[in-house]
Amino acid sequence: MSLYVVQFLTGLANASSLFLAACGLSVIFGVTRIVNFAHGAFYMLGAYVAYSLTLRLEGAFGFWAAILLAAAFVAVLGTLLEMLLLRRIYQAPELFQLLATFGVTLMVEDLVHIIWGPQDLVGPRAPGFEGAVPVFGLPVPTYDLLLIVLGPLVLGGLWLLMHRTRWGVLVRAATQDRDMVAALGVNQKWLFTGVFTLGIFLAAFGGALQIPRTAVTHQMDLTIIAEVFVVVVIGGLGSITGAFLAAVLISELNAFGILVFPGISLVLMFLVMAVVLVIRPWGFLGKPIQTGVTTIGEATRPWRPWSNTTGIAVAVAVLVAALLPVVLGSYGLSVGSQILIAVVFAMSLQFQMSTGGLDSFGHAAYFGLGAYGAAMTVEWFDLPMELALLVGPLTGLVGALVFGWFCVRLSGVYFAMLTLAFAQITWSIAFQWVEVTGGDNGILGVWPADWASSPANFYWLTLTVGVVAVLALRHLVFSPFGYRLRAVRDSTVRAEAIGISRQRTQYVAFAISGTAAGLAGALFAFLKGSIFPDVLAIPTSIDALVMVLLGGVATVSGSVVGAIVYTMASIWLMSATDLSRLVLGGFIVFLVVAFPQGIVGSLSAFVSGPFERWRTRGRTERTIAVSAEGSR
Amino acid sequence: MSAAPLLQVEHLSKSYGGVHAVQDVSFSLVPGEMLAMIGPNGAGKSTCFNMVGGQIPAGSGRVRIDGRDVSGLSPRQIWRLGVGRTFQVAQVFKSMTVRENVQAVFASRESGWGFLARAGSAHRTEAEAVLHLIGMADFADRPCADMAYGDVKRLELAMALANDPKLLLMDEPAAGMAPLERVELMGLTARIAKERQIGVLFTEHDMDVVFAHADRMMVLNRGRLIAEGRPEDVRQDTQVRAVYLGEGLVYDQAAAARRASA
Repeated sequence: MSLYVVQFLTGLANASSLFLAACGLSVIFGVTRIVNFAHGAFYMLGAYVAYSLTLRLEGAFGFWAAILLAAAFVAVLGTLLEMLLLRRIYQAPELFQLLATFGVTLMVEDLVHIIWGPQDLVGPRAPGFEGAVPVFGLPVPTYDLLLIVLGPLVLGGLWLLMHRTRWGVLVRAATQDRDMVAALGVNQKWLFTGVFTLGIFLAAFGGALQIPRTAVTHQMDLTIIAEVFVVVVIGGLGSITGAFLAAVLISELNAFGILVFPGISLVLMFLVMAVVLVIRPWGFLGKPIQTGVTTIGEATRPWRPWSNTTGIAVAVAVLVAALLPVVLGSYGLSVGSQILIAVVFAMSLQFQMSTGGLDSFGHAAYFGLGAYGAAMTVEWFDLPMELALLVGPLTGLVGALVFGWFCVRLSGVYFAMLTLAFAQITWSIAFQWVEVTGGDNGILGVWPADWASSPANFYWLTLTVGVVAVLALRHLVFSPFGYRLRAVRDSTVRAEAIGISRQRTQYVAFAISGTAAGLAGALFAFLKGSIFPDVLAIPTSIDALVMVLLGGVATVSGSVVGAIVYTMASIWLMSATDLSRLVLGGFIVFLVVAFPQGIVGSLSAFVSGPFERWRTRGRTERTIAVSAEGSR
Repeated sequence: MSAAPLLQVEHLSKSYGGVHAVQDVSFSLVPGEMLAMIGPNGAGKSTCFNMVGGQIPAGSGRVRIDGRDVSGLSPRQIWRLGVGRTFQVAQVFKSMTVRENVQAVFASRESGWGFLARAGSAHRTEAEAVLHLIGMADFADRPCADMAYGDVKRLELAMALANDPKLLLMDEPAAGMAPLERVELMGLTARIAKERQIGVLFTEHDMDVVFAHADRMMVLNRGRLIAEGRPEDVRQDTQVRAVYLGEGLVYDQAAAARRASA
């Protein structure tokens, strides 16, 4: 009994920290409609800065001053980020905003590494709260009790701020109708900046408060961001009270989950989130939200199958790729295979995103499922590679069918966050279910069949699979199914009015995409000869997104080029610099802000725009797209 | 006209909170008939439309199409019964060409997964026939995003007609079009409706269009049907005049006040 009480109190203390981090994200989203992936990075920065400051400022007053100063300092950094970066992308699609803020996260990770070094840091205890008090005979840290009180205090303070000040009223008004607030003559720019600063202050404050409890580490950002996403989604995006309720629910769930289901405690949180989203798609206290640009259909020129010229060029490129084993050594060929696998993976995501309008943030799940499916076929059942290459995509398909059933009920940013949650579930299963997946040790010794074991043969195998997969997905885009899928993306109302079911069409697309990703994963397992849980982690999903973005999100198969360039660049980057995340993060931000059309997108815009005009210059005047009667 | 009704609406109602958007509306429509629904803004026309089309579930009452109760059916099931519709704000597929928009209608009609065929070459002639009918054959290869709004509206009509509908629902088909275009579009619709015996239910604010083409009309005000009949009869209806021209109470009061002060 006493154990449960203590566990309950620990849960409440955790809830306070989680709430501090989450409510900032929720407030920011409510007003700016940006899901700030970098929130975890600011949380981590808050902890690091507080650590440094507490070493310099002493005594009880010094400690608390350090905590507050750290939060204020990080909040100023947040203000700068808002003014320099976010102001440029408020009108961009959600996907771009998520990616840009993720890029910032990557950069912060490396900066922290440079400034504070690689080791974990242990901060001082809070003066006056070093000890513990017995509760039912078990010790409870007094600092935990302080946190338990602090959470509701901050909630109350925010409530007063939002309901009793003019600024708070404007923020709440903007959460409901931004355009109306702008029409009332409020300067949106500064309102957004203010809200963002407040949100970051809360995150950094939450992070700074952690230093007496836990060590300050580099993993703080991604660990907390996954939980924060879950909390704000369950609580309802934009709702502070909802975030508090959800933080308590999730923290208690974690606290008791460890006692009751130690094996699946990590999964539990995401399962609850999935269930809540199916019952209440907008969380406890959330409301349906109109976000900015949701479809890329508006920006897309009509897609065409390849012209004869392009077809020949592609055939030549494939031929050249097939002849590469003549010139490349075994290292070059294994890089080549890796690139081809990335092509299949990126193309599978592009089919779902560009054609289906489904921006997935958890595509790693299906890649990883394919990899684990294939690896376990070989490892546990001793079956040959050929069979494993079938089992891989099937595992991806099954995963996509199960997760997709939940996901396609939602759209936009909720869809993105739910896919992320499912990817994290898959990751935690691979991580925790040691008996089957080997846990952190992974599965070793996944070697290809004899005939495919030479680098050249394996390369040809991946080339064949890659070409077939890309052509098949391209064919699907121009099939009747592809038309239906694009119809749903462009106008769901119209699609439903001509007999196309949004949910069913998108579900099928999700499943196809998952199967293709599973195929890529299966090949990946054989290429590496081993598989670890990190193929399922967030960075894998981000890799796929960046490849699609780099190739051109409004193209049919630009991600092929994106995957080739990105994979080569990142392999080179790994060998050339220790600061690969800083470079990659900066690159992502650059892409989003300056180059959103991607390589193939820009090329085709050039070919159909300036180039076409140059080619057809001086010919007869083009007919104008208004009918004769319509001209006024 | 004594043909069996194609569309029968019985005691249709819908409330949002305390607002009765549509109250006890009943009417029917026979094949080949053009029925106009008019009324001031907020009268409940679009709500009525969306309940017939399945976009909004009916609060109470019944909608029958060809004698079949369609309450609770989704828009796509209603579409399969042979109902085509256009929207107040045109809804087309902006990333496709004009022809592809119509081809998408055919692509949706096919049963099965639709993985194998090539949609770009399928139903090309049928799609062009529909575009020809609507006078848009020359625009077939144009990107939809480049079209003038009036043409987008015509394209919507083409998409609705591609399914060979028995019933057409047109919510303000001429809104946003140039005056001449409107007359032309509704003339075309009326001709096709007569030729193919399609029943057309439409709302419209342009009275020239309504009086030129409606066989019958009904007037909705504050969710209630206040008049119904042949256009010339409705034109004479005092209640309708009051709704459209106002009852003049404000002017009377102002005039009385002026007299009193003089």
